[in-house]
Amino acid sequence: MDFKKQFSEGLLTKNPVTVQLLGMCSTLAITTSLFNGIGMGLAVTIILICSNVLISALRKVIPNQIRIAAYITIIAGFVTVVDLALQAFIPALSTSLGVFIPLIVVNCIVLGRAESFASKNGVLASAVDGICQGIGYTVALIITCVVRELLGSGTFGGGLLNGGNGITIIPSPFPAMQMVMPVGGFLVLGFVIAGSQKLMKVLEMKNKKKEAAK
Amino acid sequence: MEAIFGIILSAILSENFILVKFYGICPFMGVSKKIDTALGMGMAVTFVMALASAACYLINLILIALNLEYMQTVAFILVIASIVQVVEMFLKKSVPALYKALGVFLPLITTNCAVLGVVLVNVQKSYNFLLSVVNGAAGGLGFTVAIVLFASIRERVNKAQCPECFKGFPIALISAGLLALAFMGFSGLSIF
Repeated sequence: MDFKKQFSEGLLTKNPVTVQLLGMCSTLAITTSLFNGIGMGLAVTIILICSNVLISALRKVIPNQIRIAAYITIIAGFVTVVDLALQAFIPALSTSLGVFIPLIVVNCIVLGRAESFASKNGVLASAVDGICQGIGYTVALIITCVVRELLGSGTFGGGLLNGGNGITIIPSPFPAMQMVMPVGGFLVLGFVIAGSQKLMKVLEMKNKKKEAAK
Repeated sequence: MEAIFGIILSAILSENFILVKFYGICPFMGVSKKIDTALGMGMAVTFVMALASAACYLINLILIALNLEYMQTVAFILVIASIVQVVEMFLKKSVPALYKALGVFLPLITTNCAVLGVVLVNVQKSYNFLLSVVNGAAGGLGFTVAIVLFASIRERVNKAQCPECFKGFPIALISAGLLALAFMGFSGLSIF
């Protein structure tokens, strides 16, 4: 098992959002403040780790024909647990994310990793995969959040810093409200994905140069 | 009657499921390369959404009667998965042409968050049976409108030149953003 490789795959080269293009709905919908981004990222990461571990442990028991239904039931169970826990302990996050918490059930990242990784690998490797993919998802969310919040409301760390209002960077008449609305979600995510593609190209070129120098 | 008309109007235009509420982005991006398949997908999703709204309304009544509201998510997703399975078998037997055209997209409707999303919204807003079904069907129509419009834009964008790192998905997202900007014009639209 190669922890370092799994980590770099989750973070950049096989990032669930920017490369595999999974879990778009939540990425676009809730990335309006840093608080939402971190909360959603953590929720998905926890569910991803739990479901990866359980599915990987049961991979020899679940019959192949009904595996998708079995996976969805397992995932829905964990999502319900997280949903209820958030309602009880962090009600602010629960109201802010709304229906997108139960919608993690149909978030393709969780089902996608179950199908493509956990059903073929051991428990430990699957747990690590859950952590790495979860971190990749969270990082992509946070970047999108920071950009959208800065351009849309002119603040940084809304819901978390400065008593929940965030630190004002751009004063009030200038931020473009559209950026925290649906339009901004599509535009910013488009640029984030383009940026990550560019970054990967640059890294690839560097690696090639290194090999050529050897 | 007014309530029904209001729901239809807002589900299709001002609260469009894809472009305003972000439900069902995955098929919106995945199945929008050609207008024909986009239309077929839209129709199938509309049908499943209306059926799922009706079925889940009844299931929810049972759950409430048994004090099992916390099982909603699990119960709903199972109902949706079985509806999609039934629709698939039905189409395979009776309309094989449509079944072939939709291909792999049919089973994928299960993980379309528009379907689970509309069911959860129905419960949240405590719509009655009729309004739930109307909201499901109208939401599906909104989905169809958005995906067909987007597919026709995308067919042209694919032929245009753009910077290397924007090719493919990023430029599609940005065109979707412009489409969403156009739909923002409908926000606040109300007749009554």
